[in-house]
Amino acid sequence: MSNFPFLSVLTVAPLVGALVVALLPRRRPDLAKQVAFGWSLLVLVLSVVMWIAFQVDGDRFQFRESYPWIPNWGVHFTFAADGIALVMLMLIAVLVPLVILASWHDAESSKRSVPVYFALLLVLECTMIGVFAAADVFLFYVFFEVMLVPMYFLIGSYGGHQRQYAAVKFFLYSLVGGLFMLAAVIGLWVVGGKTFDWQALSQVDISTGTERWLFLGFFVAFAIKAPFFPFHTWLPDAGGAAPAGAAALLVGVLDKVGTFGILRYCLPLFPDAAKWFAPWALALALIGIIYAALLAVGQNDLKRLVSYTSIAHFGFIGVGIFAFTTQAGTGAVLYMVNHGLATGLLFLVVGMLIARRGSALISDFGGAGKLVPVLAGVLFFAGLASLALPGTAPFVSEFLVLIGAFTVNKPVAVIATLGIILAAAYVLWMVQRTTQGTLNPALTEIDGMRRDLNLREKVVIAPLVALIVVLGFYPKPVTDVINPAVQATMDDIGRTDPAPSVVTTVQEAGR
Amino acid sequence: MSELKLPSIDYAALAPILIMLGAALVGVLVEAFVPRHRRHVVQLSLALLAVLAALTMVVLNSDDRLITAGSAIAVDGPTLFLQGGILVLAAMALLLIGERAVERGGAFVAHAAITAESAEDRRQADGAGGTTEVYPLVTFAIGGMLIFVAANDLLTMFIALEVFSLPLYLLCALARRRRLLSQEAALKYFMLGAYASAFFLFGVALIYGFTSGIPGRSAGVDFATINAAVNESPASRVLLFAGMALLAIGLLFKAAAAPFHVWTPDVYQGAPTPVTGFMAACTKVAAFGALLRVFHVAFASASWDFTPVLGIVAVLTMLVGAVLAVTQTDIKRLLAYSSIANAGYLLVGVLAPSKDGLSGTMFYLVAYGFSVLAAFAVVTLVRDGDGEATHLSRWAGLGRRSPFFASVFTFILLAFAGIPLTSGFTSKFAVFGPALAEGRAWLVVAGVLTSMVLAFPYLRVVVMMWLSEPGESTPTVAVPGGLTAAALMIGVVATLVLGVAPAPLLDLATGAAEFVR
Repeated sequence: MSNFPFLSVLTVAPLVGALVVALLPRRRPDLAKQVAFGWSLLVLVLSVVMWIAFQVDGDRFQFRESYPWIPNWGVHFTFAADGIALVMLMLIAVLVPLVILASWHDAESSKRSVPVYFALLLVLECTMIGVFAAADVFLFYVFFEVMLVPMYFLIGSYGGHQRQYAAVKFFLYSLVGGLFMLAAVIGLWVVGGKTFDWQALSQVDISTGTERWLFLGFFVAFAIKAPFFPFHTWLPDAGGAAPAGAAALLVGVLDKVGTFGILRYCLPLFPDAAKWFAPWALALALIGIIYAALLAVGQNDLKRLVSYTSIAHFGFIGVGIFAFTTQAGTGAVLYMVNHGLATGLLFLVVGMLIARRGSALISDFGGAGKLVPVLAGVLFFAGLASLALPGTAPFVSEFLVLIGAFTVNKPVAVIATLGIILAAAYVLWMVQRTTQGTLNPALTEIDGMRRDLNLREKVVIAPLVALIVVLGFYPKPVTDVINPAVQATMDDIGRTDPAPSVVTTVQEAGR
Repeated sequence: MSELKLPSIDYAALAPILIMLGAALVGVLVEAFVPRHRRHVVQLSLALLAVLAALTMVVLNSDDRLITAGSAIAVDGPTLFLQGGILVLAAMALLLIGERAVERGGAFVAHAAITAESAEDRRQADGAGGTTEVYPLVTFAIGGMLIFVAANDLLTMFIALEVFSLPLYLLCALARRRRLLSQEAALKYFMLGAYASAFFLFGVALIYGFTSGIPGRSAGVDFATINAAVNESPASRVLLFAGMALLAIGLLFKAAAAPFHVWTPDVYQGAPTPVTGFMAACTKVAAFGALLRVFHVAFASASWDFTPVLGIVAVLTMLVGAVLAVTQTDIKRLLAYSSIANAGYLLVGVLAPSKDGLSGTMFYLVAYGFSVLAAFAVVTLVRDGDGEATHLSRWAGLGRRSPFFASVFTFILLAFAGIPLTSGFTSKFAVFGPALAEGRAWLVVAGVLTSMVLAFPYLRVVVMMWLSEPGESTPTVAVPGGLTAAALMIGVVATLVLGVAPAPLLDLATGAAEFVR
């Protein structure tokens, strides 16, 4: 079974589905939705089979496939997945069907073709899977850039207020990052002896100066994608303007390409430069945590608020990555998954609220819990998951990141912990202003606000809530997969975990 | 002086050139003897057949590596590759030029003095048709370009330059709509082109002087002699540098590199759109073909001297093209500035003195030609009652009116922006890779930075077409006739194929990337 070409099939399947959906007649939107949903379920089933076939204690990279593409430049269609990529692929496979289901009526309000909307979602799934499955730097770059195109049209054609501005800003920011990376990719190709194979490149010795420049090229692209402070300004605009489903994918998965890229490319390929730049990266991450959280507190637009919370969370992931310990690294990867679930849920729920109210402004709500109690409850739960309440999945990852960072760099861990307090502030205040308190009389006049969750929406929410709770109490299946891959990454950069701190204290006391 | 000897001439190797020039002469006779209403069909078929025949000869000659006609013509890998490229692109351009279904009467005027919508003009629209002198002119220009990329001495190169430039000046003046703009463009192009030619000729003279006095060799302007002179000439290096600079001015003018680019936007805007496409694709191939040969063969040993200067020109070209493209409001001018920026990227390839650099540049030339011709093919289709609607504001909401053509144009713009899976990306990689390998990191960085700037105007057009609401004045897209549709499809398919599977053409370019000296 493990000889089955999982990764290439997984990459191509959504693309085929997208073609099928795009060719369906425009007059039959329901058929397009059903086909798209069915297709994404198929991808999910295949991903589950792949998850089962993955051997936890096997090789670092599994399901490797390689076909020649452009022999003149040594480019191959090489796919391979380690534990980190595997969990991200699983996250995509879970999120896309839910997003399709949640966006059932989104495209209808925009006067534009409904089949095209769902086709774009499937194209996006293809490129997202490709970017995590690629083990050839050129192939990775191709998916990294092409990914922009469907997202651009999702935001620009189907988005809300200020969608043009947001779409262009998103595209230009990402393209600028991508072009920096292109220069670095070409540079890597030249110093690596004209090959793009990840495994070959990770063995190459690069002179210190070149290594730092190449690291910077990749890092800028990933920092814009993730996004880290100060490259973050596109995300609130894009997240605020995108339709809720697309925004869930944008923040839940697309942005993880940045942090994933740092883990997969920046650290193993340029280990010395990574260590040299680590203090700077940590500083950016910390600024991001505090600054974005403060901005989130001040937002009056629900989707922008969620976008800012994400920037803060990406700060935590950054701390986890650049702390260079296995715990923190595992925590960061786990955070990527949990953040995808929690923020994805938050975006979808917020989208449901906005669709009912017809406005994304917090000040237009107030006491909504009295009208739609179940929806308000889910919003509260998603908010708590987002602020990493113990018992929800994000707590595990945040905790791992913090203790992992604490063992090597106490000030960083202490400052990052402040972010938790701010998280409580922005989440609870947002929940209070939208669903609690006295009922805003304007709400009672809107028909939509009298309808609580319907069956479709419950089906969207239930799996995410279940996953967040289950992984909050029993993250072992995921951490088991992640751990060896993170360990291998730490070996690549030559860092070992410090000995348990109790022992050190005793030794120090003895001196 | 010993007696003059006739040089031996390999007619088979020269066949593509002879076929094109012969066909042009036959075209002139056709003008004289074939009845007016038949001329269009006869001329178009003649020109296309000639291009096909020449292309066949290029393919048959593909293993030739020789210098013939004394030392005037070199038929080698780059010559054949570029000649093939010019011929394929010229065939596409001819399809656009021959189109008469989009606009009754065609895009070309019957006499230079006719104004739009006058009685004469209506007669043309009613069936008399535009001039058919267009075809011999284009055929002459193609013939000149074929010589230009094969020329192995500076005098032949100069004559080829004139042979393909003069018809282009005329062609620019033949637009049926916006006559004044068209004539102004032609005059501007002619005046500046004449200056550039004069610079070139003066450069030839200085180089001739520089080559005199080498022991055991007579003075000359063939590339082998120049190459020898660069290494051994006792003459002052000032002659060499001044000569190189003047030659470079002449060539960079044709290549539309800054600061010799000022004609480009005006001429691109004023010329009939099919001719603009022809110039953007084929002239670029020819000009860079000559640049490659001059700087890689004749002045190869002086590369330390010219690289910094040409490098600055390249950076300037990329900057000017990218920055000024941002401010454009006319689609033809926008494409003109984008073509200037692309000339800069091509110069990066020229400055990578390796086999990979040469093959990458040649790949870029052909790939870019396909995309740019497809882009201008779309421009010919977007029109209203007054002809082509080239102002960008008029393109608002085009995606709603004609989703198919808007998609095609979006794809081409993404290719220009260098998004992967289009030829724009692979060709950028093909020139930047070798440049970086040769240690020209600063050029690559400049290229990458300007690409970022350049993405903005392209994206703005995409936004216009898709995200803006169609206005009252949004033009419709004409149903293309068979010829335009064919050219458009070839261009778009080539842009996609060269982006997804560039290996065959790259192999071809790599196999061809060696000059005979």
